Amino acid sequence: MGNNGKTNPVTVNLAGLVPGRQSDDHGVLSNQVELRTLVNRRLLTAGVITVVILLGVLARYWYLQIPKHEDFAARSDNNRIKLRALPPTRGLIFDRNGIVVADNRPAYRLEIVRERLNSDLDSVLEKLADKIELSDSVMEGFNRRLQNEHRAFAPIVLRYNLTEQEVARIAVDRHVLPGVEVQPYLTRYYPFTSLLAHVVGYVGRIDDNDLAQLQPENYRATTHIGKSGLEQYYEAQLHGTSGYEKVETNVVGRLVEVLEREPPVAGENLYLTIDVQLQRHASLALGQAPGAVIALVPQTGEVLALVSNPSFDPNAFINGISQREYNVLLNSPHAPFINRVLQGEYVPGSTLKPFVALIALDNELVDAEKRYFSNGEYFLEGSTRSYRDYLRGGHGWVNLQQSLEQSVNTVFYQLALELGINRMHNGLSAFGFGQATGIDLAGERTGILPSREWKQARFGEPWYPGETVIAGIGQGFNVVTPLQLAVATARLATQGQSVSPHLWRDASAQPLADISFSEPHWDLVLQGMQDVIHGTRGTATAIASDQYLMAGKTGTAQVFSRKEGEEDIDPVELATELQNHALFIAFAPVEEPEIVVVSVVEHGGSGSRSAAPVAAAVVDDWLQRQ
Amino acid sequence: MIRWSTGINLLNRQLRLDGWLLLGVLLLMGVGLVTIYSAGELSMDLVYRQAVRYALALVLMLVISQLPPSLYRLWTPWLYLGGVALLVMVLILGEGRGAKRWLDLGVIRFQPSEIAKLAIPMMLAWSLHGRRLPIKPGMLVILLVLMLVPVALIILQPDLGTAILVLASGVFVIFLSGLSWRVMSAAVIAAAASVPLVWHLLHEYQRNRIRTFLDPESDPLGNGWNVIQSMTAVGSGGFAGKGWLEGTQSHLEFLPEPHTDFVLAVFAEEFGWLGITALLALYAAIILRGLYIASQARDTYTRLLAGSLILTFFVYLVVNSSMVAGLLPVVGVPLPMISYGGTSAVTLAAGFGILLSIHGHRKVW
Repeated sequence: MGNNGKTNPVTVNLAGLVPGRQSDDHGVLSNQVELRTLVNRRLLTAGVITVVILLGVLARYWYLQIPKHEDFAARSDNNRIKLRALPPTRGLIFDRNGIVVADNRPAYRLEIVRERLNSDLDSVLEKLADKIELSDSVMEGFNRRLQNEHRAFAPIVLRYNLTEQEVARIAVDRHVLPGVEVQPYLTRYYPFTSLLAHVVGYVGRIDDNDLAQLQPENYRATTHIGKSGLEQYYEAQLHGTSGYEKVETNVVGRLVEVLEREPPVAGENLYLTIDVQLQRHASLALGQAPGAVIALVPQTGEVLALVSNPSFDPNAFINGISQREYNVLLNSPHAPFINRVLQGEYVPGSTLKPFVALIALDNELVDAEKRYFSNGEYFLEGSTRSYRDYLRGGHGWVNLQQSLEQSVNTVFYQLALELGINRMHNGLSAFGFGQATGIDLAGERTGILPSREWKQARFGEPWYPGETVIAGIGQGFNVVTPLQLAVATARLATQGQSVSPHLWRDASAQPLADISFSEPHWDLVLQGMQDVIHGTRGTATAIASDQYLMAGKTGTAQVFSRKEGEEDIDPVELATELQNHALFIAFAPVEEPEIVVVSVVEHGGSGSRSAAPVAAAVVDDWLQRQ
Repeated sequence: MIRWSTGINLLNRQLRLDGWLLLGVLLLMGVGLVTIYSAGELSMDLVYRQAVRYALALVLMLVISQLPPSLYRLWTPWLYLGGVALLVMVLILGEGRGAKRWLDLGVIRFQPSEIAKLAIPMMLAWSLHGRRLPIKPGMLVILLVLMLVPVALIILQPDLGTAILVLASGVFVIFLSGLSWRVMSAAVIAAAASVPLVWHLLHEYQRNRIRTFLDPESDPLGNGWNVIQSMTAVGSGGFAGKGWLEGTQSHLEFLPEPHTDFVLAVFAEEFGWLGITALLALYAAIILRGLYIASQARDTYTRLLAGSLILTFFVYLVVNSSMVAGLLPVVGVPLPMISYGGTSAVTLAAGFGILLSIHGHRKVW
């Protein structure tokens, strides 16, 4: 080489390709020279063609980038055709009479597009703070969204639920606030606030946990998702299917034309079995006391009312509750987030007696005639520990029907001992105790239906006869949810029919096996339950109505255990938090039951005094309106 | 400029390396890293991985450049036979989603079609070495068979992009060997006439790509998407570009595969027509330098091989840049030395290694 070290190699080399240049070389076969010439001529041709084609490609880029630049820039710079996901409208929720209990309301939110701001973000926020309320929790949420969004052109929501005045104040200054946009949207609204919080639940902003579980395509434009209650349980039905819009927008992002539209399919409306009026009555009857009320249609399992006290306002959660407010609720001693109807576990007390009675009758341990003498105390053989009646001195001679009417503990101590814990366990299990009822709400608890095996597994200890004795009156290890009690009571009311409790009118039932007992046994127990209210010595005669016949059973769950020497303390005089939980189960009318009610009043003292009137109020309201 | 030349001459003398070609390749790698950083969502991870590949490619290139071309000529038939055998194996044992392109030999996993890109031009040049040129028709038939067998095997995988490149490398050897223009024109006409037959043999996805190329708006969300978004990226770049890291098409994820096959669209969007002109000038300089190296080669084998290798490099460039600009249907041909991905960069580097070897061992007149 050597002849081209300092000049542009390309031009010189091309010159070197000219054929014939090497023809006067010496010491080379002419054949080889010919070959070189031939190939080099082709190499030169290739070089020329290469350059021509590359110039052609360059021309194409020139065409795209210079004359056509405007068109493509328009497409690219915010002007391009976009697919915009359209959120479906969430289905509404109605009560059984068509009253809206979860609504969608139009609202406005304020969005910020950083790319279009005319000054830095902080000074814009300062300006906005004069016009709209920007609380700490609002800023907390905004800063979180700000950190997760790196694209300067993407809108970030600053505030939801602007008031009309706020919208007006922003609108006035719109021209000096580029990049600040007021956007309409639909927001969830629960018109009955805390009344139905435990039934309907609430929706909240989609968070990372939700994202991990949902289908991203269908939630591309969705901001909220059911977080609790029916909103969560029926998310799939309520959400609907998102649509899309192929839109052309101009330079500032405003819509120019909708080219194509696949509309979203709104979520299904849910019609509930709940009766809002009955729900309100139940809530009013319960008052301020922590507790639970549930009302069912015994034949169908439709839940008419489901009250858990205390409750909370679900509207507070829709756009994010502040950490402080949330902590107040979370740390409240009465645990408002617990749905006591299906998550509250209570000692059933005497409400278990009708079921024990049926099981004992079925096992032929007792019949209608058999009489027992109650002297107020019961002793296990060889033990001095006494098991008491609540009536000092006892109830005297009673048969089974009377022992239900008067809630005679000693009779049931005896029956339980004769049955043994495992026969009792199996019999009660058929009524649904110790199992989830399958209601269409998440988080249901199963309670505890003890047996020898259960105790061995749980405590690694054998079962003692004394534990059988108190299990006969629903004390000891027994724990039930009000919902389980209601389902079991419904099966009493329908004489064994399967009941699948549900809140959505169209929920599919999960049928259990029917229970069969002989006709006279049903009659005896139901008569005993009727006597509780309508008998001469019933424990809840105070609530008897002259309009219809009701059957029921009181129950009192011990919270405070009386020690030796304290037998004389009247539980009614104890401090509130030491007072017994009061329970009542009922159905009416006895001949053709239309409603089952279970009420629990925490620390209500006794079932007859505080729980029975609550149930009676619910039954009264329902039957009067039918 | 003087100091540059001094350094380059030093390379030339000591390592028998053509400094100009090396400089061109290094500049391309630099452009590659800068563009991939932007196209890959500012991921340093991608840049590091590409840099490692570049380093491997450079080492391979330097090693190959130090061995004499006569050695490569000796190995050629074996490389060719081995390459064809591997192409058959890949059809039987191959891996890959949809198309079978990969062969896993336990220690190493690679695409045998990459070997073919080098083996075919080597084999054809080997066949012509020491013969009278231009070739006779009988020889042409032999060359066509040698070329079309591996091409057919690659089409069966199917990998249209690679098949085109391999076919081109063989055609270039024949072209450079001085096949008469008349025969070549006849071949072009015959090829045009066989278009309907080829259409019939194509896979449905390949036909769709051609359909969308002819009318991208017919399926704007499916097959046409790539072409529309790529042309939008290029066109919106304008004269001077949107600036490095400022391309909205790729950063908004409108552009598919922005760091692999469509990396040139990102480059065009961010650096504009000025950038494209500079880049194409760089490529042109490398290609012309390659052609010059071919013209200076010592014998027929190296002359034909060098010419074919550099012209195949040119085909890479033209196919990819035309695809990005909507001039050709979408085929999987990367932008040479710039697109993210190791396979093509390594093969291309090997080709440059051979070019350097040819230049370093040329007969000095």
